[in-house]
Amino acid sequence: MMDATTLFGLCAALLVGVGVYSLIVNPEPLRKIIAFNVLGAGVFMLFGVIAYRGAGAGWGGDPVPQALLITGLVVAFCATALAVALLLRLFSEAGSATLVPERPPSADDDAASH
Amino acid sequence: MMDVYMSDAYNVGLAVLVLVLAVWTVVARDSFAAVVGFVAYGLLLALVWLQLHGVDVALTEAALGSGLTGALLLGAASRLHRTGRPARSQRPGRLTHLVAALAAAGVTAALGIAVLALPDPAPTLAQETAANIGATGVYNPLTAVLLAFRAVDTLLEATVVLFALVGIWSLAPDAAWGGRPGALQRVDPQGPLAFLARVLPPIGIIIAVYIFWIGADHPGGKFQGAALLAAMWLLVIYAGLVDTPRTDRRALRLALIAGPVIFMAVGAAGIVTAGAFLAYPDGLAKPLIVLIEWALFPSLAVTLALIVAGPPERAEP
Repeated sequence: MMDATTLFGLCAALLVGVGVYSLIVNPEPLRKIIAFNVLGAGVFMLFGVIAYRGAGAGWGGDPVPQALLITGLVVAFCATALAVALLLRLFSEAGSATLVPERPPSADDDAASH
Repeated sequence: MMDVYMSDAYNVGLAVLVLVLAVWTVVARDSFAAVVGFVAYGLLLALVWLQLHGVDVALTEAALGSGLTGALLLGAASRLHRTGRPARSQRPGRLTHLVAALAAAGVTAALGIAVLALPDPAPTLAQETAANIGATGVYNPLTAVLLAFRAVDTLLEATVVLFALVGIWSLAPDAAWGGRPGALQRVDPQGPLAFLARVLPPIGIIIAVYIFWIGADHPGGKFQGAALLAAMWLLVIYAGLVDTPRTDRRALRLALIAGPVIFMAVGAAGIVTAGAFLAYPDGLAKPLIVLIEWALFPSLAVTLALIVAGPPERAEP
């Protein structure tokens, strides 16, 4: 069987992959914000594995990376909240929540849509 | 032996569930379903943190990463629900999918190789923390790191939280500036939400203060306690029992900045008394840490709750 370091380390690598994929292919901004958090959780888990490997002095993990993780979680929450606020403001101004810039209609667009 | 296999099976099951939920947030058709999946994902991550012996991190993940972030995203999903699915022309083509899959696979492979090649023995600062923790007077090594060894990080973090709120408030429409955040809640005063909002807060407040207080010596601390306190306030707001405060109230503004200002003042005093910014004079470390914690705890709770509540929307008094 795998030890916790390898298991959760590889799990973290896969989470980052899922996050990167979702960030690129999901057109909805809210889904991109979620994807960014999934990705971030993967990065945090990898750092958590590194803290776990650094266990010593009677503690279950290295307290320095663990403390940085708490800081990271709080900052990630703040960034998410700001992104959500920007998105909702965009929605209330423009009536839609899309990242596609508005362009004057041209022959190309007509051919591409419908 | 049996125990070892049991905990292995538990870990594998946990990792698989976390991955399934992560994929669910990508493939779910409905944004609301994706957000619900994300909340469950956060709670499972808290269990992973326990397996990785990070009890403090697990508390933060459950309270902030899953709880408050979940409330924020659920609110956004319900407001954006009217937009429906994006038009076909906005959805990425096959080439984008391929490039995204390649990029994701590349990043995952690189990280996976890094995980398998981690140095042995692992570098650690645990011994150094243990050697110096005596000077701080606290017994929870994370609190010692957050408020003594790397206190500048925590000061910047408290400032980031405040700046996030300033950024969110600055998105208010001109007419609503200084007004109350969020829409007026119209909830059945006899309904289950109003009932929960009357029963839970007394318990929640005690647990929040307890988590905060034991943070000096045991897992817990101001961020986890403040997040729980913020959640209790938001519950009472969403149940319609109280309204959000006007954001131009002087008392509110003072409550927001009190924590970071006292933290900075203690840091500046360190230049005179101990020769460096955020250095504590001998023997005074513990009382100064307690002072900073007491100052930050209510400020953080108010700031976190108002971050979730969003920008001011109603100008009425």
